[in-house]
Amino acid sequence: MAAAPDSVAAIADGLRSVGYLPGKSTALVSFLATQLGKPILVEGPAGVGKTELAKALAKVLDRRLVRLQCYEGLDEAKALYEWNYRKQLLRIQADTGAGAGTGGEGGRGWSEVQDDIFGEEFLLSRPLMDAITSEQPIVLLIDEIDKTDQEFEAMLLELLSDFQISIPELGRIEARTHPVVLLTSNNSRELTEALKRRCLYLWLDYPELEHELQIVRLHAPELQETIARRLVEVVGMVRELDLKKPPSIAESIDWARALLLLGAQDIDGEIFRETLSVIVKHRTDLDVVAERVGVKLDSAAGIVARARI
Amino acid sequence: MSPAPESKAPPPGIAARLVEFGAELRREGVASGTAELLDAFAVLEQISWTEPEDFRAALAATLAKSQEDRRIFELVFDRFFFRATEAAAIRENAREGGLGEGADSELGEIDLDVLRQQIADALRGGSEGAMRDLARLAIAAFGRQGEGSGVIGVDVQRIRRALGLRAEPQPELPAADPRHDGVPRDALRRFEALLRRELEHGQIQRTGQLPPSRPLNDIDRALPSGPLQDLEAVHRIVAQLKRRLKTQGHESRGHRHHAQVDVRRTMRASLQTGGVPVQLRYKPLRPRRPEIYVLCDVSTSVTSASVFFLSVLHALHDSFRKMRSFVFIERISEVTDVFDRERDFRAVSEAIGRDAGVADISGYTDYGRVWSEFRALVEDELHPRATVIVLGDARTNGRDPRADIFAQIAQRAGRTFWLNPEPRLYWNYGDSVIDAYAQHCQAFECWTTRQLEEFVKALARPAHES
Repeated sequence: MAAAPDSVAAIADGLRSVGYLPGKSTALVSFLATQLGKPILVEGPAGVGKTELAKALAKVLDRRLVRLQCYEGLDEAKALYEWNYRKQLLRIQADTGAGAGTGGEGGRGWSEVQDDIFGEEFLLSRPLMDAITSEQPIVLLIDEIDKTDQEFEAMLLELLSDFQISIPELGRIEARTHPVVLLTSNNSRELTEALKRRCLYLWLDYPELEHELQIVRLHAPELQETIARRLVEVVGMVRELDLKKPPSIAESIDWARALLLLGAQDIDGEIFRETLSVIVKHRTDLDVVAERVGVKLDSAAGIVARARI
Repeated sequence: MSPAPESKAPPPGIAARLVEFGAELRREGVASGTAELLDAFAVLEQISWTEPEDFRAALAATLAKSQEDRRIFELVFDRFFFRATEAAAIRENAREGGLGEGADSELGEIDLDVLRQQIADALRGGSEGAMRDLARLAIAAFGRQGEGSGVIGVDVQRIRRALGLRAEPQPELPAADPRHDGVPRDALRRFEALLRRELEHGQIQRTGQLPPSRPLNDIDRALPSGPLQDLEAVHRIVAQLKRRLKTQGHESRGHRHHAQVDVRRTMRASLQTGGVPVQLRYKPLRPRRPEIYVLCDVSTSVTSASVFFLSVLHALHDSFRKMRSFVFIERISEVTDVFDRERDFRAVSEAIGRDAGVADISGYTDYGRVWSEFRALVEDELHPRATVIVLGDARTNGRDPRADIFAQIAQRAGRTFWLNPEPRLYWNYGDSVIDAYAQHCQAFECWTTRQLEEFVKALARPAHES
């Protein structure tokens, strides 16, 4: 396993080397999280690279990534552990069957069976349990924590502050190694204070123009710089509008790839309208964007060209 | 700005400073407890303090844990450390050269037009250092014309106007002028902040003392009350509200007090335990989707709040089964279409002002007439599942409130709410007759975005909880 980076610059370089261009505070907070062993709560609009950050961190630190995707109604049984009922039933039946066969006093004693069926053999471990019991240090990603309900959040508190899980039948299971934990949230509801208190907070926003340009260039290196710059400018313009779903970095990259495929030489009104659906994904948004930005592109093509010189 | 000692161990002063900073954050409503402060100290041991950026980001990561908190944090951070440095400067009796009297004669030679150009260039280029220098030059150049009003906010706007800096394109200028396409908006805002900073700095140097510290003058905590308010701020609020309210059903899913058992899903789940229903499954709570009739007063006293409120509701129209909106002053007029056509707050505002035709003669609100017209318009449609919301200050200008008609409307509709954009303190003073109406409906005060948000939440809450 690679040694943990010992400075902000080192982790920034590391992230860059695996294809993730971190903003300044992103690198800083990641560094602090690895040093202090605190979870990071990453918030921001959809598609600014929250999940990617976890993947990149896992690569940089050379750790396995354990991912728990949250959704409405996610409960302990699916996140932590579950008893394998069927196997337990089989076990009991097998015992009674054996007992009947030998004509004895009903096989083994009750307490023995009970101890037996609540052993680790009958435990189905789920992502969080995986993360805790892993021999190797890992990166744990709890994705879209805001989709779960508050009970689940409360259940996470023990895990996040002490890295341990209590199972009534087995006792406490403590983490063998110290995982790096990332929680992501789209901010669709307020998380509880208790959860926030245990985390470092990182707000990821749409990147600045130059930063986004670098990202696009990294993911679509064949695209000419002038077009890439134009693309990022247009995406910036689209984000300014009041849309249901503003285009994210992921969409910028998709668009860059689409333009590459089409072999576009410039983004003019026509190309824009044809490829609009790559970056705007709502019918009403389509109209607004076509109306506001498309027209501007037709008329402003000359001005932007001049501004570039 | 950063305390910037070379050693890693915090000097005795900084711990106290940080605690003060935490206390100041708390005063502004950021939930930063002792645990957060301890984290902040832990974090500061890990980073180099000589980088102001890192210092700020590290504190932000531990102290401000939501987007709103982050915004307040930025403001408080700037103010706190600015004041701290200034206080230290006064103690040390340190004065900076450059803006003293000696420099005046030299500044006299500055060509204003050249300065305008330079500033606009720097704004497009966005270099912080250059902008700060130019801000000083600008203050010096314009300050000496005897235009200083003594009020910093006014001076900032005067200087900005004198420099001809605007975010909108200015086609009348020659194409080579950097202001031709308009100055980037955020650069402009940064420049204004620098101007303000430098003006305050100058004031502190002149008087040798700090002005009394004020709580943040936070416009987004109050609803927009004047037409001059920053439209962008309004937009930000609406966007935020929209996102939060769209998903607010999530919270109520936790409350299972009255949940109904979903038999089908319970039976399915029981297969796992050999047909014994060990785990009950409940029917999910559905948020209520009411039919809404909104009446908004748009007379000058409450226009902005009303239009703002209407645009929030329309931004949320997905959550309602049906929504009709009316504006009124003396007469009533339906504006549902306007919102279907226009999404822009400003455009809506203008369209309503232009087309609604609700002012008749005097331009004063006439509630009595409004009720009877409203009743005539929707009488057949009102039914117990409809919700009527009135937004207005209930100031009748001495006319008959006709609370009896209002009572009939309230009786036909299932729920009736009154939102009053005036603080409760002013209710029933002067010509306000809110009590006459409040007997027939639920009246809320609604002059901050938080109150508004609470109200809209209550509106869409699942039926049996309200």
